[in-house]
Amino acid sequence: MRVLAAMSGGVDSAVAAARAVEAGHDVTGVHLALARNPQTYRTGARGCCTLEDSRDARRAADVLGIPFYVWDMADRFHEDVVDDFVAEYAAGRTPNPCLRCNEKIKFAAVLDRAVALGFDAVVTGHHARLGPDGLLRRSVDAAKDQSYVLAVLTRAQLDRSIFPLGDSTKAEVRAEAARRGLAVADKPDSHDICFIADGDTRGFLSQRLGEAPGEVVDALTGAVVGSHTGAYQYTVGQRRGLHLDRPAPDGRPRYVLSITPKTNTVTVGPAEALEVAEVRAARPVWTGGARPDGPIECEVQLRAHGDVVPATVSLDADGLHADLRRPVRGVAAGQAIVAYRPDPAGDVVLGSATITG
Amino acid sequence: MAYLDHAATTPMLDEALEAYVATAREVGNASSLHAAGRRARRRVEESRERVAAVLGARPSEVIFTGGGTESDNLAVKGIFWARRAAHAERVRVVSSAVEHHAVLDAVDWLAGHEGAEVGWLPVDAAGRLDPERLRAELAAHGDRVAVVTAMWANNEVGTVQPVAELAAVAAEHGVPFHTDAIQAVGQVPVDFAASGVAALTVTGHKLGGPTGVGALLLARDVAATPLLHGGGQERDVRSGTLDTAGIVAFAVAVEAAVKGQQEYAARVAALRDDLVERVRQAVPEVVFNGDPTDRLPGNAHFSFPGCEGDALLLLLDAQGIACSTGSACSAGVAQPSHVLLAMGADDDRARSSLRFTLGHTSTRADVDALIAALPAAVERARRAAALRTPR
Repeated sequence: MRVLAAMSGGVDSAVAAARAVEAGHDVTGVHLALARNPQTYRTGARGCCTLEDSRDARRAADVLGIPFYVWDMADRFHEDVVDDFVAEYAAGRTPNPCLRCNEKIKFAAVLDRAVALGFDAVVTGHHARLGPDGLLRRSVDAAKDQSYVLAVLTRAQLDRSIFPLGDSTKAEVRAEAARRGLAVADKPDSHDICFIADGDTRGFLSQRLGEAPGEVVDALTGAVVGSHTGAYQYTVGQRRGLHLDRPAPDGRPRYVLSITPKTNTVTVGPAEALEVAEVRAARPVWTGGARPDGPIECEVQLRAHGDVVPATVSLDADGLHADLRRPVRGVAAGQAIVAYRPDPAGDVVLGSATITG
Repeated sequence: MAYLDHAATTPMLDEALEAYVATAREVGNASSLHAAGRRARRRVEESRERVAAVLGARPSEVIFTGGGTESDNLAVKGIFWARRAAHAERVRVVSSAVEHHAVLDAVDWLAGHEGAEVGWLPVDAAGRLDPERLRAELAAHGDRVAVVTAMWANNEVGTVQPVAELAAVAAEHGVPFHTDAIQAVGQVPVDFAASGVAALTVTGHKLGGPTGVGALLLARDVAATPLLHGGGQERDVRSGTLDTAGIVAFAVAVEAAVKGQQEYAARVAALRDDLVERVRQAVPEVVFNGDPTDRLPGNAHFSFPGCEGDALLLLLDAQGIACSTGSACSAGVAQPSHVLLAMGADDDRARSSLRFTLGHTSTRADVDALIAALPAAVERARRAAALRTPR
C-alpha cells in the first residue's frame, strides 16, 4: 500500500513509520506544521510543532530512507482545535484537544488529503491496536494506551488507519528506536497541550478570553465563599487553586462541582457531591460496528487515563446515557465517554460520545 | 531521475570537479609566504584573472566570497554602510519587490536595525522592472539614496531585467547600482563593465561549479564596509582564508559557462520551449508566468489553477521528477511566492505554482518523463485542493 506516515518528531511516530516500511508499504513521511508562525514557537520536547520537532521528524525519515514533506495545517488546526478549545472552556466545558485533533486534523484533513493524493492509508504512532478484524482495542501498554482519544474515529476513518505500535510497550518502542539508529529514541514524552508551549493553560485562556471576575458559591449553603477572575479557568473536580476566602462550614475541602457561564459562577462543594451515577452524552460514534439496538452492558471511561467503570449504556433522543455501577467523581462536560467491551485480546472500543452532563 | 531544478543547484561540470580535487590535494594557504603558499596564491590569482576576463571585469574587481548570499549581503550592507559613513544623509536603499531573499532580507535588516528607509520598485505582471520608475524614485529621493540593488534575472519566474538601462539611470544620479546576477551568468550575456553596474553577484553552484564559493565584482571606485573582519585577504573588504580549491573550480565553471553561453542558451531554450508547449497541451488551463521573451533559457514557470504546488511537487517527486515550488520557511512549510504576489497574482495562484528549470545536463528524456507524469499528478492535486473548501 501507499501510506502516509504522520511524523511528529517523536519516538512513537518514527518507529511506527519504520514498521510500516518494514511491512513492505510504500511510505511517505509528513510532518504537520500546526503553529501559524513556527519561528515563534519555542523549541524543545514540549510542543508538537516546533522547528526542532520538524528537524527530528526529517532526520528520522532520512534514516528510514523515505520521502519527507511538511504539510501546513496551521489554519485548520487553529479553527478546529485551538479555537474549539477556547470556546469549550468559555462554555464551561472541559475539552480534550488531542481527541479533537485526531477527529478533525489527523484522521480528517490529513487523511482526506492523503487519499486524494493517491495514498491508501495514514500511519500514526498512537498506542492502540487495530487488527485485521477492524476493531479498535487498547494498547498492550495500559499506561500509554491512547484508544480513548481515538474512539471518536468513525468506521470509515479507521478503515484507512494503521497503528503499528499497539502490540508494543513504550519501553519496547524506545528500545527499537535505539536499535534502528533513530536519534529520537531518548526524546522525552510530550505530556502537555502542544499549542500551550509553557504549559500554563490558565494563562493561555486568560489571554484569549480576558478577565471576567465572578463569584464562587458553596453548593450546600448557597453562600459566596470566594471570587475568581474567569469561570473558564476551572474544571469540574478541581480542588487546587480555588483560593476561597473562608473555609467551608463543615471544615472539609471543597471541589469544583459545576461552572455556569451564564452567571459566570463557579459552584463548589464537598467531594461526595461530585459523585455521579448517570452520565448523559451527545453525538455518539459507533466505532466498533453498527449502532446498538438496545442497552449494552460495557465498561466506560470518562476521561483520558481515567478509571474504568462497568455501566449500562442506552440510546436516547439526545444521544445516550450511561448508568454507572458505581458512582464516579469529577465527570466534566466536554470530555468523551468511551464504551469498551472487555476482551482478553485487548478491550474493544464500541463507541464514544461527548459528555453533556 | 528527471532533474528539473537547475535554478536551485546544478550538477558540477566534470572539469570543475577535477580541478577541485586536483587543487584540494595540494597544501598551501594563499596568504603564506613560502613556496606552498605562493603556489596556492598563484592558483587563486589565475582564477581571478579567468573570472575577470570572461565577465568583463578587471582582476582587482573580483572579490571571492563564500557564495551568493554573502556577496549579496556584502554589496547591500557594505555599500550602504560605506556610503552612509561618507554622506550621513544617504540612508535610503532602493530595491525591487522580486529580489531573492539574500537581498530582500538584507534590505529589511538594514531597515530594521540601521534605520534605513527603503524604496521598493514594483514590477509589472511579467515581473519586469520599469527604468522610468527608478528614474522617478531617484528624482524624488536621489540625494538620499545610498545604493540601488536589482537582480539581473529572477530566480523564480526567470524574467530578465533591463539591467543596463537601470544602471544607467542610477549613474545619472551618481548612485552605485548592485545586481544579483546569480541566475544570469552563463544563461544570458553578462559583461560587468559594459552593463555599467557598480557591483555584481555571481555564485558557483548555479553554473556547474561548487557550492560555497562565489564572487562579488566590485568596481574599484566603490567602497564597501566589510561584513567579516579578519585577515583582510580580499582587498580588505572580505576576510577569511581563501578556499583555493573552491576558487579554482569556480573559475573553471564560470569560464566554461560564459564561453559556452550562446550554444547553451540555444539548446536549452529549445528544450524549454518544447517543455512549455507540451505542458500547455497536457494541462490546457495552465498559466505561464514571467516574461515570454526576456527570460532565462532554462526557466519554465507555471501556475496550475485549482492545485497546490506542494501537492504537485510531492506527486512528481514520487515519479522521480525534481522541481520546485519556490521558497519554504525554516520549518519546511511552502510559502506563497513573494515574486508572484508582487506580479499581482493572488494567494491561490501563488500557491499553485511550480518551477521547472533546465540546465547543462537536461535532455529530452527529462521533458518526456515530466509530460508522462504531469496529467495524473494535476488530477490528484486538484482533488486534494478541492478539500480545502472555505468555511
